[in-house]
Amino acid sequence: MAEIVGNEGGGGRHQKKRAKKGHVHMDMTPMVDLAFLLITFFILATTLSKPSILEITYPKEKDIDSTEITKIIDSLAITVLLGEKREDLFYYYGKFRQDTTKLVLTDFSKDGLRKVFLDKNYKIYNAIKEAENKFKKREILEAEFDSSRKKIRDDEFAHFVILKTIDETPYRSLVDAMDEMQITNISKFAVQDMSETEHILLRMTKGSQ
Amino acid sequence: MPKIKMPRGTPSLDMTPMVDLGFQLVTFFILTAKFRPQEPVIVDTPYSQSQKEIREKNMLITIDTEGRVFFDLSGPEIRKNMILQAGDSAFPALKGKMSEQFIERFQTMGAFGVPTANLYEYVMADGPRRADMDEAAPGIPTDSLNNELWIWIQYGGTEFVRDAKANLNLTDKDLRDPKKGLNYTIKADGETPYGKIKNVIDTFRDLELYTFNLITGQERETTD
Repeated sequence: MAEIVGNEGGGGRHQKKRAKKGHVHMDMTPMVDLAFLLITFFILATTLSKPSILEITYPKEKDIDSTEITKIIDSLAITVLLGEKREDLFYYYGKFRQDTTKLVLTDFSKDGLRKVFLDKNYKIYNAIKEAENKFKKREILEAEFDSSRKKIRDDEFAHFVILKTIDETPYRSLVDAMDEMQITNISKFAVQDMSETEHILLRMTKGSQ
Repeated sequence: MPKIKMPRGTPSLDMTPMVDLGFQLVTFFILTAKFRPQEPVIVDTPYSQSQKEIREKNMLITIDTEGRVFFDLSGPEIRKNMILQAGDSAFPALKGKMSEQFIERFQTMGAFGVPTANLYEYVMADGPRRADMDEAAPGIPTDSLNNELWIWIQYGGTEFVRDAKANLNLTDKDLRDPKKGLNYTIKADGETPYGKIKNVIDTFRDLELYTFNLITGQERETTD
């Protein structure tokens, strides 16, 4: 490839006169330059890492209407308030009671919201981990794992997260909260507008800290 | 002392292996390259620890920090059918403007964020002019009185299903599999106020679509 045997060098007349011996050297510098230029271009232009996705299934409208929410057992609800800034992250358990509900400040660190969810949801989390380990050891098939995971997640006593937002809530907060839910295997959730009283309480709690 | 014989002329180096390797690499990158589609806005997505990668078939809704909504659907054939169907019946602003050139340009275009009133002008504009228009684009209207996004999603989804059934022989059951069916994907900036995204999500829910893929960057395990 690099060298061309120079047998045909020159025209017919010359060939008779003196057949060239050895090799003709070709200057390959421009070709190599071009090749490396192309390499550089394609290396820079390709996107090697695909973005990841968070797959979220919103509840159907009818599932989250107020009658349904009130039916949810008081002790299973975790309400997370997402305020105007990412740091404005509060939660409370159970139903909202105007005079007794106290908001607790938390954050998006490992020991923050994740711990809040895990403390409540550890039974389901552990059950799914167990099934996952079985699947990893190839004791059960993937379909089996999927169905058992679904069954565990949809358990009657699975905890339920209500994310309360205001219009100004940054999208980042919501995605972070949903990410924590996925990590802790909470699949029952709803996203709702924050009520006026909750918003006032949030501002008051924030002000007192 | 014996004289050291210096070789005459330039030393020649056999470059064959290097060139071979070079072209191997070129070929590899040419074959694997998937170009990032032209994006009308730059969006800084939030992070998550999800390991799932983005799927192949997407209807992509992009929302920037100001809440402007952009719509994109891949597949030139599907786009063509979508604009033909929607332009005829759903968008009065496009009546009489559906020239062959318009449809052809619309087919190969990327995401757009203009109301149908400006769509013709936008599609017919050339590169730099289009970039200017992107910058000034108001986004696709999502308010309940004039929800053009609703129409785009509706027609885009319908045409996708029709195309998949006719050309790929997929059944309804296949299409429920996210690997084969259409994925409704939302790409929004981390700083976008949720109120703007809620409009888009509510539009989807009006159409009885409840599962979305939210595009996120991969996060390192250590969070702040």
